[in-house]
Amino acid sequence: MDKNVWMVIAAYNEEHSLPKVVAELKQAGYHNIVAVDDGSRDNTFEAGTKAGATMLQHVINRGQGASLRTGMEYALQQGADIIVTFDADGQHRIEDLLPIIQPVADERVDITFGSRFLKKTSMPLMRRILLKGSILVVWLFYGVKMTDAHNGFRAMSRYAAQKIDIRADRMAHASEFIEEVHRKQLRHKEIPVVIRYTKETLKRGHGSFAQAFKILSNMIMKKFFLR
Amino acid sequence: MALVALQIIAIIFVLFAWSRALLRFKDHKISLTEFIFWSVIWAAATVALALPKTAELISYRLGVERPVDLAVFVSILLLFYLVFRLYVKNEQQTQEITKLVRELAIKHPKKK
Repeated sequence: MDKNVWMVIAAYNEEHSLPKVVAELKQAGYHNIVAVDDGSRDNTFEAGTKAGATMLQHVINRGQGASLRTGMEYALQQGADIIVTFDADGQHRIEDLLPIIQPVADERVDITFGSRFLKKTSMPLMRRILLKGSILVVWLFYGVKMTDAHNGFRAMSRYAAQKIDIRADRMAHASEFIEEVHRKQLRHKEIPVVIRYTKETLKRGHGSFAQAFKILSNMIMKKFFLR
Repeated sequence: MALVALQIIAIIFVLFAWSRALLRFKDHKISLTEFIFWSVIWAAATVALALPKTAELISYRLGVERPVDLAVFVSILLLFYLVFRLYVKNEQQTQEITKLVRELAIKHPKKK
């Protein structure tokens, strides 16, 4: 692939998993990796630098959405043709990268979203309920039918990355990506991916009702009052 | 009609609050519109406290039997409005902080 592909990773307290993820990406031939240390309390910044990623540091914690946007802006400045958002906790698989990137590289779509519901994926029931609920909410809010509305695995063209304006600093950014795709009329496609659930990854992410409620209230305020 | 002690205390508080708004305006901390907004609010409160009969008349004309009910109703509306404004302001500031943090981060990348 002759495109300049950049991996953008948001990392908060990931000193153990980030180096493994960076090493895996490098081994697979992806050398443009920018990781944003989001004000971690551990040694994420040093660990990422040692592993060979370009590290950016938020001096205070601003959330995953803010970190991804920071990484995206940096990648754009470096001349990225394609930007991939990849999780720092090791839940995304390297073998899913090419299928996610290819449709964007071929300019068939502007953005691809990973979906864990296009392939059979086992996950805790509570998480399945919340994720299905978020699909319904995204459809009601933006009229976009997705099979997975909160998947952090995406690839986008330079054009899409410049168009997408992520304002939600924290978890609501995932729905905002879809909202922006809808608002800016970007061509999109869902690609089946497998998420590796481990004890560690289950502790994070969009797993609790409290978090889901926060995301929903954020979406309501943004939709009706702030835009 | 002589004012009762509670009325006097409440009016003193209202005047104090209005003087704060005036000071903020003099220091250019609030805009003229904001100063007028607060002046109207505190003037209305002073009238309602000093001349309860006028308040009664206004509330009656508005279809609310007791002036106290009107005061509570207006206060709740006002509070909702102010909370919303605070929310918007807070959101703006949050985004500004994020922007600042982002620019700092992008200016100092670290590679091996």
